[in-house]
Amino acid sequence: MSEPTATSTARLARSDEPVLSVRGLRKVFGTQVAVDDMSFDLLPGRSLAIVGESGSGKTTVARMIVGLEKATAGTIVACGRDRSKPARRGAERKLRGREVQIVFQDPYSSLDPRQSGADLIDEVLRVHHDHDAKDRKRIVGELAEIVGLDQRQINAMPKALSGGQRQRVAIARALATDPRVLILDESVAALDVSIQAQVLNVLADIRDDRGISYVLISHDLAVVRQLTEDALVMQRGIVVEQGPTASILDNPQHSYTQMLRASVPGPGWKPQRMRERKAAAEAAAAQTG
Amino acid sequence: MSALLEVTDLTVSLQMDAGMREVITGTTLSIAEGEALGLVGESGSGKSMTAKTIARLLPRGAQTQGAISFDGTDVLALDGDALRRHRAEVAVVFQDPRAHINPVRRINDFMTESLRLLDDVPKAVAIKKAAAALEEVGIDDPAKRLKQFPHELSGGMLQRVMIATALLSEPRLLLADECTTALDVTTQAEVMAILDDLRRDRGLSMLFITHDLELAGAVCDRTAVMYAGQVVETRAADKLHGDPLHPYSAALVEARPDITSTADRLIAIPGRPVSAFEAPSGCRFAPRCPHAVDACRTHEQVITELDGGRVRCERAAELRGNLLDGAHV
Repeated sequence: MSEPTATSTARLARSDEPVLSVRGLRKVFGTQVAVDDMSFDLLPGRSLAIVGESGSGKTTVARMIVGLEKATAGTIVACGRDRSKPARRGAERKLRGREVQIVFQDPYSSLDPRQSGADLIDEVLRVHHDHDAKDRKRIVGELAEIVGLDQRQINAMPKALSGGQRQRVAIARALATDPRVLILDESVAALDVSIQAQVLNVLADIRDDRGISYVLISHDLAVVRQLTEDALVMQRGIVVEQGPTASILDNPQHSYTQMLRASVPGPGWKPQRMRERKAAAEAAAAQTG
Repeated sequence: MSALLEVTDLTVSLQMDAGMREVITGTTLSIAEGEALGLVGESGSGKSMTAKTIARLLPRGAQTQGAISFDGTDVLALDGDALRRHRAEVAVVFQDPRAHINPVRRINDFMTESLRLLDDVPKAVAIKKAAAALEEVGIDDPAKRLKQFPHELSGGMLQRVMIATALLSEPRLLLADECTTALDVTTQAEVMAILDDLRRDRGLSMLFITHDLELAGAVCDRTAVMYAGQVVETRAADKLHGDPLHPYSAALVEARPDITSTADRLIAIPGRPVSAFEAPSGCRFAPRCPHAVDACRTHEQVITELDGGRVRCERAAELRGNLLDGAHV
């Protein structure tokens, strides 16, 4: 698979400095603390999961990183540039847009119904890069191939596409700026099992080929295990556990992570009511302590 | 053992823009008293339509063939009072509680409406019953909740209200259609535990519709897998995961990421799931099946019995044991 622009390979080789570095990030809505004192580093080609239930603040983090929400305190540094304050000039805004892209959960509401995938990607290329029409057409074709869409599909209107195909269009659109970081906000959650597997494989291929980094926002721990090396568990805005994904899932330390892990159905799983789970956790704690 | 619900060779067509379209083809399944049957499949497989047909909630203009018998009565022939009684005995809980509750009425209005209007239960008695039902699904301070509006309750709380409301008519069969899909995992565990308790305490039968094979396996006695409007496999729930009979069931097991290990790449199923009316002739899964041979494409597959399960694949006996790569056994 060829690179849409020559720059990504050069940048890939450049450093193992973090592409995304977050320190003391905080967001307050009125009196509600949505995110409190979050810090992490994301290295090139690595993937970080942000795990948590509804209301944990994980989507707010994603929105702050891409600039849809202004941080109350803390810094977000992407590709060496501080993006915690709103961009002052259009050029700066565009530059930020190029470096970090996002794919949302719902492929039905995140695409313009009157624009084909090819037109959408072409528009992104015109805004962000200086290619002629012929080059843009070639890049659209390459991006379609990377995400596994054929010529007919990439030229079709969204309504003619299935959910999985739309999500591929959304991923291709995000890749068009040649970003270093891709935020995946529950991007595979709404997909059927067989399609979800296809899209997860596409994402793994893209990471291997382009050295792109992912921030995966997800409540699905099996998906987190499949796609990420590091994970961060959030509960009501606070990071309660942080570390390698495998050890967090195999050997969760915090009681909240343990409860999340125990809630996932699997062989031999029996659903327990909250009071039974609390009693079991206390009994276990009494035994070890 | 005679079944409480028996669906025999059910075919359903719906009125769509382009004319009548088949959504379920020749579906046969049964649920015994107190049994939980899982119904698993991807979008368009016909699992929700199966539940809607059983509850007689199909849209206008729908055509049905075949038979549904509930405790000996012919469900498809019911009307008037008898149909109303049927809908009390067969309760449905849907995926999105907010789409099925009037946002401008209080919880007590919603919960007691059918008791008061259809069964002439006095309001005070109806409210008492509603409060008891809320307690049964683990809601503290039911008196306060009953006075609240839907927007004041979380999704998990509201789904418990829906289940409690379904219980008020004292149903014998509960049709749970993706009723935990929109919930957080810890809330899902809570709701599943409540449903499990109810099944034991009340001898409630359950049709549990989900896309999550592991969840169905954990809470159901048997699991039926649907593809393109047909049931392709019915099997003891604890066996489906490790010893599936149909290539599609096996493919679903393998496509799902594993929480205990990371695969280099997932074993994805090529193509996309189709609806009954888009399905090719012959075996409907054949275009996506790695085990398909020419014979699969040329004629309809019939259901055969195998190791206590039922499977719609004529190669099932020959392929058995070789459908998984071993990682999930």
